[in-house]
Amino acid sequence: MTDVQLDPTKRGYWTSDQEVRWCPGCGDYGILAAMQFMHTELDVKREETVFVSGIGCAARFPYYMSTYGMHTIHGRAPAIATGLAMARPDLNIWVVGGDGDMLSIGGNHLIHALRRNVNMTILLFNNQIYGLTKGQYSPTSEVGKVTKSTPMGSIDRPFNPISVALGAGATFVARTHDMDRKHMIQVFKRANEHQGAALVEIYQNCNVFNDGTYDPILKRDNRANMLIDLEHGQPVRFGADGERGVVVVDGQARVVDVADVGEDALVVHNESQDDPALAFALGNLANDNESPTPFGVFRAVDAPEYAGAANQQLLAANEASGPGDLGELLRSGATWVVE
Amino acid sequence: MTDTVDRVDETTLDHVVIRFAGDSGDGMQLTGDRFTSASALAGNDLATLPEFPAEIRAPQGTLAGVSAFQVHISDHDIHTPGDAPDVLVAMNPAALRSELGRLRSGGTVILNDDAFDERNLDKAGYAADPRDDGTLDGFIVHRVNMTKLTLDATADLDVKKRDAERSKNFFALGLISWMYSRPTEPTLQWIQQKFGKIEAVAAANTSAFKAGHAFGETTEMFGSPFKVAAAPQRPGLYTNITGNTATAWGMVAAGQLANLPVFLGSYPITPASDILHELSRLKNFGVRTFQAEDEIAGAGSALGAAFGGALAYTTTSGPGVALKGETIGLAVGMELPLVIIDVQRGGPSTGLPTKTEASDLLMAMYGRHGESPMPVVSASTPAECFHAVIEASRLAIKYRTPVILLTDGYLANGSEPWLLPDVDSLPDISTTFTTEPNGTDADGNDVFLPYLRDEVTGARPWAIPGTPGLEHRIGGLERQHETGNVNYDPANHGLMTDLRQAKIDGIAADIPLIEVDGPGDAEILLVGWGSTKGSITAAAERMRAEGASVDHIHLTHLHPFARNLGEVLSDRKHVFVPEMNKGQLVKLLRAEFLVDAHPINKVMGTPFTASEIIDAINDRLLKAEAEA
Repeated sequence: MTDVQLDPTKRGYWTSDQEVRWCPGCGDYGILAAMQFMHTELDVKREETVFVSGIGCAARFPYYMSTYGMHTIHGRAPAIATGLAMARPDLNIWVVGGDGDMLSIGGNHLIHALRRNVNMTILLFNNQIYGLTKGQYSPTSEVGKVTKSTPMGSIDRPFNPISVALGAGATFVARTHDMDRKHMIQVFKRANEHQGAALVEIYQNCNVFNDGTYDPILKRDNRANMLIDLEHGQPVRFGADGERGVVVVDGQARVVDVADVGEDALVVHNESQDDPALAFALGNLANDNESPTPFGVFRAVDAPEYAGAANQQLLAANEASGPGDLGELLRSGATWVVE
Repeated sequence: MTDTVDRVDETTLDHVVIRFAGDSGDGMQLTGDRFTSASALAGNDLATLPEFPAEIRAPQGTLAGVSAFQVHISDHDIHTPGDAPDVLVAMNPAALRSELGRLRSGGTVILNDDAFDERNLDKAGYAADPRDDGTLDGFIVHRVNMTKLTLDATADLDVKKRDAERSKNFFALGLISWMYSRPTEPTLQWIQQKFGKIEAVAAANTSAFKAGHAFGETTEMFGSPFKVAAAPQRPGLYTNITGNTATAWGMVAAGQLANLPVFLGSYPITPASDILHELSRLKNFGVRTFQAEDEIAGAGSALGAAFGGALAYTTTSGPGVALKGETIGLAVGMELPLVIIDVQRGGPSTGLPTKTEASDLLMAMYGRHGESPMPVVSASTPAECFHAVIEASRLAIKYRTPVILLTDGYLANGSEPWLLPDVDSLPDISTTFTTEPNGTDADGNDVFLPYLRDEVTGARPWAIPGTPGLEHRIGGLERQHETGNVNYDPANHGLMTDLRQAKIDGIAADIPLIEVDGPGDAEILLVGWGSTKGSITAAAERMRAEGASVDHIHLTHLHPFARNLGEVLSDRKHVFVPEMNKGQLVKLLRAEFLVDAHPINKVMGTPFTASEIIDAINDRLLKAEAEA
């Protein structure tokens, strides 16, 4: 064993001995690196960390972390992680999946894990395409997407993952992207600290089947005018000199020139607002890859965590009836003696 | 109760079969259940058959809405709820119409006369009044104004007429309790316990029950009451238990015997939901129950809990097993303990949700893609469900494998007296988690090999998160022998397939040998599994009483089979396999042992009667004779 494998502050400690098999140039590499580097800064134990994934390119993630891991079934990771979280509230659980895994075949499990507020951090790698099955359109692909299964263009209207999560009552919702390690680490940390279910959408480039889909937003030259950094308690504004901003009128968020409306008209971001309306409005600001798009934490509110609440019931039952006695249970109905 | 008590002279019966039938809203299940409990306390042996429609409230008064409860009480050991009822209590014309055909000729019909108005007759589809048109010829008929007498009995109480009317099932219960000399005290106490919070309801039910009892006692109509003496039973403490309750208690027991926390992931489905209900109120045993968003999540959450070190269960019925198939396959590959309990019902698809069937055996055996062998265990009586859960759990834990336990709707809702086991006599099924590295890598470093197998059992180590140094990743992709790393090598896939199969096959050495009920070398062998045990046992007993030489074996382990099964099957002139399906076990037996086993099948949503089995055997024997 080498030194880095014994030192939790080194990336190598968080890296498994398995060869990473994503396509060269895949955005997943950047996310994996961010996750491993982030762990070097955290005060968590490797043995208490579990990565659970479904099926898809993203879902190979657990094999590359040196923690405990389960690579499970297409779409089912949030459900499997829910059982693990209930049985073992002491663990730090991460769930990893792509847009097909989480929003198509696994959409049901995702929304229920979010509404229950089970303590897990769900990373949704959104590349707007099916990669592992070689390039079919996904539930986040834009209308008109031409793929092998949609030669005349897709006619499905896409999900906005932020809206789905907010609609499901998620208590923590954020977005980041695969090109900014610092931002990813910052968002992952906050999501991990959150008590309950956290959803992090990660804009991730599939350089083989959907290369450059986010370029209009994320190409370095475009970022200043297209990437909106959400900051709690701050007016929402962007642009090279902060010359653009966001106002909310009649519940709808709109991009404006600050000069036209004045600084005071800009909406002030409040991630801890109980009512998700503002987060929803900000999430809906961009439903395509052509509009300025917010990144950061949309919502972070406190609510009872599920496994903890379930445990409370066990304790309350124990308090009310005493620890269970099997013999007593068997005799708890009407009984009679045969001599 | 009154001065007429002197004329009571009980006639003794050795057994009686009573069928309570009425509208779904008439409380027939409750009535039957109470009669059963009182009979259990009186020391009778008994067997019950609740039958109810899938609809919560089918249109009132129609055939679709008829709910029935059959109970067989006896002064000797019995095995079935009875072939044909001796007594039918019919609360309305629809109940009479739907159930009369089952009654034995010369049997007794007790009618709620008040319900036989034109409207109800019409709804039941009677063109003429069956009370007058000869329909009831050959039966002993008692017409009782149950509704009116119930209203009279409750007139002084502060109860609305509609509510008072609802107590008429207690009138019927009181009457039948008198007819069969059941103790009244337990039922009166139970009414207080159950309805005590709503005083008016408790009072109305009490009055109706007493009125029914007094009616039997004071009217000449019924002659003297009957007595069914207590059955000679092995001494000890008994309780009356349904299969679903026994299943839930088995899970609690298995958790304690394994010294593992119990987790149940489940989705509501008839007829399995009562297991979830029962377990959910036992949280003081440290049991975690999770009502998942669907069947898949029920199984998935359980598998996640198993990875975390819980004794994990998922409970369902056939349609749910279909949905869980992919997760069960993952459990086969991950080699984690997981017990899937399938309370079988009529299929395919939604089929007959409230009716019984045993047609999931081949799905349990083969209902996954790929080569994915796993143990299949079954329960044969309601109380046996308790031990069957412990056995399924033992195999799951010891061999790190998913196990399917098959029960069915008849076992789930049926009940029987249960001689309570001594808790200390239950088996130790505990295991140890792996906490230390079990191998070395090429450089001589200590490593953990998650797929290094136990030499005897073939099971892999169970190392749970939280254990330092044993961090490992497992998944659905084929795993390399010993290391568990993803591996696509052809030879490795062949090896792992063989190792998984060998592990399950090896379980045959670790399960009880089959015991033959009968002389042991009879020409006729009856082979059964599951809830047909009572009917087959009764059929075998009757055939022997008539001079036939009959053996009966009843399989609890359906995969792998007990290692002496081949021997027991050999050298028989006739092997019959009665099953509540179109012939599933018989296929397995023929394939495995090349035995000329003959199927006897019933797929009607109701259990076999003993006579049906005997008739089928006799038909076949006659044909065989004719062919010879």
